[in-house]
Amino acid sequence: MKKKFIDRIREMKGGEILEPVIFPDSLDSLKTMAPIIIKQPYAIDYIHSYGQDSPWFAGLANKKLLGTKCCKCGYVFATPKLSCMECGAECDWVELPQEGRIHSFTVCHFGAEAFLDQCPFILGLIEFEGADTLLLTRLVGPNPNEANLKWVGMKVKAEFVQKPECKPTDVYFVPV
Amino acid sequence: MRAVYLVSGGVSKFTKARHDKTFQGIVKEAVDYTVNDLGIEYKNFLELTDGSVASYFSDHFQRQLMSGIMAQDYLGLCPKPSHRVEGGGATGGLAFQEGYKAIASGYMDLCCVYGFETMSHVETWKGNEFIALASDVSFDFPVGGFYSGYYAMMVVRHMKEFGTTVEQMAHVSVKNHRNAYHNPYAQKRQKLTIEDVRQSTMVAWPLTRLDICVMSDGAASVVLASEEGVRKLEKASGQTLPKVKVTGIGRGTDAMRMSDRPHKKVPLLSFEKEADYKNLKYPGIHSFRAGRSAASEAYKNAGIKNPMEELDFVELHDAYTSSEIQTYEDLGLCRYGEGGEMATSGKTFMPGIDYGMKLKEKPVCPVNPSGGLIACGHPVGATGLMQAVFALWQLQGTIAKHFKDEALQVKGAKRGLIHSHAGTGTYVTVSILEAA
Ligand SMILES: [Zn+2]
Repeated sequence: MKKKFIDRIREMKGGEILEPVIFPDSLDSLKTMAPIIIKQPYAIDYIHSYGQDSPWFAGLANKKLLGTKCCKCGYVFATPKLSCMECGAECDWVELPQEGRIHSFTVCHFGAEAFLDQCPFILGLIEFEGADTLLLTRLVGPNPNEANLKWVGMKVKAEFVQKPECKPTDVYFVPV
Repeated sequence: MRAVYLVSGGVSKFTKARHDKTFQGIVKEAVDYTVNDLGIEYKNFLELTDGSVASYFSDHFQRQLMSGIMAQDYLGLCPKPSHRVEGGGATGGLAFQEGYKAIASGYMDLCCVYGFETMSHVETWKGNEFIALASDVSFDFPVGGFYSGYYAMMVVRHMKEFGTTVEQMAHVSVKNHRNAYHNPYAQKRQKLTIEDVRQSTMVAWPLTRLDICVMSDGAASVVLASEEGVRKLEKASGQTLPKVKVTGIGRGTDAMRMSDRPHKKVPLLSFEKEADYKNLKYPGIHSFRAGRSAASEAYKNAGIKNPMEELDFVELHDAYTSSEIQTYEDLGLCRYGEGGEMATSGKTFMPGIDYGMKLKEKPVCPVNPSGGLIACGHPVGATGLMQAVFALWQLQGTIAKHFKDEALQVKGAKRGLIHSHAGTGTYVTVSILEAA
């Protein structure tokens, strides 16, 4: 019986071969064989510590928005850094105002696999009075289909989720 | 420091998926081409080469650690010295400069730099997730990690600050896709209109699918040499090499989180004045401070005062049409705020190619004559080296030989710039190449 040589990409489901792997009679033709493709699942729970940034997440759980301020030069970080990027001195925790303005934004119509089911969603960078840096957050309220440059500068305020998960999404911003 | 020459290069075809070969096989394709073009036997190459640099970004795309050594042994380069370089999207540019350093310092006379990425091992949206892990996983990724979203926020601010428009961005897409029409190595060779770009699927407002580069499988490699290395190669091949000299390198960095970028003064290039930027807070999120830093360092080393006049072409990292516009400004091809206008002016287009639209000015310094990342594809670790190879061929005047088409040859090109850029502008490299 003449064996049929593999001439196209082979897919396997969960390690199960969907059809028998057929081998040619002569080794000479092996270099023209189509590739065999298998699936290799990969899942893992990472033990992720927020380390010195932990108080920021504890703040969210208590409806407080924290930033840090350099003890030496006074630079204020709206996304916390415990070491000052400007002078290298240590920073202290301070409370940020819960109102700010949209510095920039986008509407994500696609996203990483983890967020695909939430599309379209709005990402925003928020600027605060008295802070030198910004905060990345979700914006809720504006219609994602009506994105326009006028959103830049819009006054927004922090809202906190009812059931905090110790993630940066425990806070989001809405128009004032 | 010793003089450093770029003497040969090779690129595998960039495609969405290369299931026919493992990454080692794809790298071998690029290196085989590089060696062939030197006119020597592979065995000769192995005898003469002092060592290598491996360029690849991701470990989790392949779920394989130490891929570098697997390429090294497949190439037959063991037990020669080698190391892996990683710096996000700038991996290739950084690796190229590591090769440069190996030669300039006197450590090696001949160094092979090879790069690759095989991104087809995961589905597109998982791939996007993997790439987004190149953002802070405590504060940024969980909010909705998506690189196209990050670049969209950056260009929204550029639009607000300078009045840049989506049509100006679309010009970059039309130009680069159209250039790639003549580049057989490119993944996307398309004739597009501004309307095509704007009407394509919205990905992250205001960026559409045609404003964004695609994921690829591919490899590229180069050989760098000292004067002594060149002599060895010329002796082995019995012919004179049309070589190119690396006359300056520069690098810069910026904070991983865009939210941490400062709002200060512009570090000026020699043709700029402080008065040009009276009300501009820099870099904010609208500009890439790392790009300016890299350019300024490279120009100083190469003695360049006015890049637009002194460069014959630029191959820059256009992962997004918006970042090409932003990079015009970082590189000083125009002042900050003028990038949008530059994109539509015609100055960065190729002469002799019909783009299907009227352009105000004649080409001055073609940008991404190869088609850039947008059209060629972006197999991360290979990308910066692909730019080096295309720039080498431009300066050798051998585009027609390698592309089987002379349309993309910048006539009489003497000096070119290559620019490699990592996520949101964190690492940027600039290297200046000159016909020797
Ligand atoms: Zn400080």
